[in-house]
Amino acid sequence: MTRTISIDPITRLEGHGKIEIFLGDDGSVRNCFFQIPELRGFERFVVGRPIEELPRIVTRICGVCPASHHMASAKAVDGCFGNEVPPVAHKLRDMYYHAHFIHSHVAHFYALAAPDFVCGPESDPAVRNILGVVAKVGLEIGGRVIKARSMAQRIQQLLGGRTTHPVWCLPGGVAKGLKKEELNEIKPMVKELAGFTEFSLKLFHDVVLKNPQYVDLILNGPYTLDVQFMGLVDKDNAPNFYDGQVRVVDFEGHEICKYQPDRYFEHVAEHVEPWSYLKFPYLRKRGWKGFVEGINSSIYCATPLARLNVADRMATPRAQEAYEGMFKTLGGKPCRALMANHWARLVEMVQNAEMLERYCADPEITSDKFRVLPQQITGTGIGIVEAMRGTLTHHYTCDKNGICTGANLIVGTTNNNAPIQMVTKKVAQTLIRPGKEPNQGILNMIEMAFRAFDPCYSCATHTLPGQMPLEVSVYQGGKLQHHFKRGS
Amino acid sequence: MADKKLQIALYWSAGCGGCDVAVLDTDEFILEVAKLADIRLWPIAVDGKYKDIEAMPDGELDLTLFNGAVRNSENEHMAKLLRKKSKLLIAFGSCAHMGGIPGLANLTTRDDILTTVYLHNPSIETGNQTIPHPETKVDGFSLHIPEFYKRVYKLSDVVDVDYFVPGCPPAPHQVKNVLLAVVGGQLPPKGSVIGASDRAVCDDCAREKTEKKLKRLHRPHEIIQDPKKCLLEQGILCVGPATRSGCGVRCPNTGQGCRGCYGPLPNVIDQGTKFIAALASIIDSRDPKEIQQIIDQTPDMIAIAYRFGLPASLLQRSMRS
Amino acid sequence: MSFEPKIVGFLCQWCSYTGADLAGTSRIQYRPNIRVIRLMCSARVDPSFIAKSLADGADGVLVCGCHPGDCHYAEGNYKTMRRFPFLKKMLAAYGIEDERVRLEWVSASEGQRFADVVNDMTERIRLLGPSRVRSKLQTDKAER
Repeated sequence: MTRTISIDPITRLEGHGKIEIFLGDDGSVRNCFFQIPELRGFERFVVGRPIEELPRIVTRICGVCPASHHMASAKAVDGCFGNEVPPVAHKLRDMYYHAHFIHSHVAHFYALAAPDFVCGPESDPAVRNILGVVAKVGLEIGGRVIKARSMAQRIQQLLGGRTTHPVWCLPGGVAKGLKKEELNEIKPMVKELAGFTEFSLKLFHDVVLKNPQYVDLILNGPYTLDVQFMGLVDKDNAPNFYDGQVRVVDFEGHEICKYQPDRYFEHVAEHVEPWSYLKFPYLRKRGWKGFVEGINSSIYCATPLARLNVADRMATPRAQEAYEGMFKTLGGKPCRALMANHWARLVEMVQNAEMLERYCADPEITSDKFRVLPQQITGTGIGIVEAMRGTLTHHYTCDKNGICTGANLIVGTTNNNAPIQMVTKKVAQTLIRPGKEPNQGILNMIEMAFRAFDPCYSCATHTLPGQMPLEVSVYQGGKLQHHFKRGS
Repeated sequence: MADKKLQIALYWSAGCGGCDVAVLDTDEFILEVAKLADIRLWPIAVDGKYKDIEAMPDGELDLTLFNGAVRNSENEHMAKLLRKKSKLLIAFGSCAHMGGIPGLANLTTRDDILTTVYLHNPSIETGNQTIPHPETKVDGFSLHIPEFYKRVYKLSDVVDVDYFVPGCPPAPHQVKNVLLAVVGGQLPPKGSVIGASDRAVCDDCAREKTEKKLKRLHRPHEIIQDPKKCLLEQGILCVGPATRSGCGVRCPNTGQGCRGCYGPLPNVIDQGTKFIAALASIIDSRDPKEIQQIIDQTPDMIAIAYRFGLPASLLQRSMRS
Repeated sequence: MSFEPKIVGFLCQWCSYTGADLAGTSRIQYRPNIRVIRLMCSARVDPSFIAKSLADGADGVLVCGCHPGDCHYAEGNYKTMRRFPFLKKMLAAYGIEDERVRLEWVSASEGQRFADVVNDMTERIRLLGPSRVRSKLQTDKAER
């Protein structure tokens, strides 16, 4: 008897999604689909808006990582104005961004991921959440976690005026600088956060690495893929979340390509399936080959683990130590075990905290030279940053009055759409055995596959107007709904 | 009063998750909430599924905080389902309250969005003719995704709403106030806006206000603004005069004009027209040519006056189909 | 059957309503398509009245006030003069045709002018056809 198992909605992630598992007559998994049901159309409705308003509109793509969109957008808008942004503005933006990374990584690790490890993957769903984690680890640790995220938010607020949905970046810089008294409030919080990042690594060690079941899950479980990796790196090939070149490395460690942001469309293309509103990016030069692994696969991951896989080193000393320790345990790099993303996230946080320390000690950080007035309009700009969950691209065009004429976004999690589809299917096929009804624990373990990616499906729309001639027929339920032609 | 915990749900529709982060930003208060309530559905943080909601008796939920606009059939289905299962349904955040930023899609069309996203984008696989649609058959199995509606609706367009909490996102201290009011049973008449002031942003804004006589308007990047003076007085557009306060004046405090996310003031049915009425009254000119020049200095007034509330405006959406 | 536009007219008491009255007492014939609402001053016309008229089914909206400099309240019509172009731009962004909403200065002695304005506006809107606003908003309630 054929059957469908629906996991709807998927939970402990950002955004909407569902998993449909189709069982054959013998009870084995015939097929499995990871579907994204949401679409809002940002890239179409920002057209017509003054380009300087975009950084404060596109933050609403995502309320967990709004600063990613804000920064990528700010860089794209700076490109549209062709002006040099003062170094102080870049430092301020980078400082804000490190605090933002910490808020998001803490939220993901403790609230979204930890319940599977602290409460257990097959524990009662009613307690398998942040509240259950706090109940298990105690109020002291729970309080410390809450305080850490609160401090990361407060640092952003002092720097940029707002946390969720910043309005801070303008063409030519930022709208406010950092005052000395604000810096004095930030300094002790940064010190505490630095300690917290070390504490988090230790917690991971005690809860996950000391548990042989979990180690087995990470190293030997079905949560692995032979696909490629993408991340932003600086001139030393260390991760830089705010700026740099995009580097793509295969799962055996060979560099496939490295490019400047303004060449992104030569390297990345997007495939569409009719059963999901989210597109599937792939390496353009290799062509779409389907959901297949292998050394020639055109599928790639863009995640914390991917970033560390493509990097040759970290940018700061304590993070470097943590990075070396991680890959030593994992048996070398690149690591294909996707659960290691949870660890990679914590390693990144160490770099975030160390960079915050550096900025706190930088005498320039309270300078008032954080803005210049744009003098021209170039009409096009591309900004790439690393969102917490992957490489984020904003590409804008505008007319001579600075009104947006086009926007193309390739968003962090979108990069991972194909790998998530593939690993979810793999895990479902491994864990669902014919004749054994999968309980909620098994279904949760299937969900753990996407959770490693820290997906953000609110970040799930892209468009760009163009002049391609085309003819389109749109079907719904097998019936032709719309038919139109455009162009010649 | 029984010792039974409150049964609550927090659901996101066509939104961004910022309202859920706003709840997390109440910091330790979330632990108080855990003592008072069982969270039956909150996809970002707990493992409740749709089938758990479908299985519960009607009215079992004491409170649902519903954020996000209504953009597709799943959003509407969940709005109706949660309405049935909830004693109190609160439209939480700008998107549920007024349509929010996704509401700007009401200036374009469904077809434009779909063709742009899936066909015209330069990153799209060459030759692609596929647009996602609600039902696909693969291998004899049916795959479904929601129907993408022609336009965006606010929550009260599809179900009866008890209270409205404005903001993009609602300020965390307001989230706390609202939850405490619900728990304490101290709510105003049904249909009220809660978690916000009844006065304009200007009343809470610390910038110096003198006389407003505008000879010209500036886009935010055209001048270096004086951090102490009223933004409007400097010619920088700020929708503060037409917007409820309660947010902490967070955008003008950053040096950027308010864009109205807390919605219109009490008894105002259309925020955008109120704003242009106020703005026009401070333009210092009697010459039609000069007036037109000043107006042309800030393009796209519709998306400044209705940045968060286009579906809630009197005209709701573009008439081009 | 030819389409008969429904035009809502907001007229200020002191100049334009009196001017319209003069058209009547002078027995000047003009299209019956206008429904007049008398206000004390054109500045009383909040732009939302115009939006609401369109949303509720008006095919056109006419606002009349005293000539600049002649406002009974000195400044009122200057405010109207400034609000109107803002509103027109916004209505254009909503996709509403320019001819549907119009501002005219009509003095107390301009009966003929009032009649000419109403006739001209009615015929322009007749050519445009009915406003789609109300029917679209009603369809939105039922069809997604």
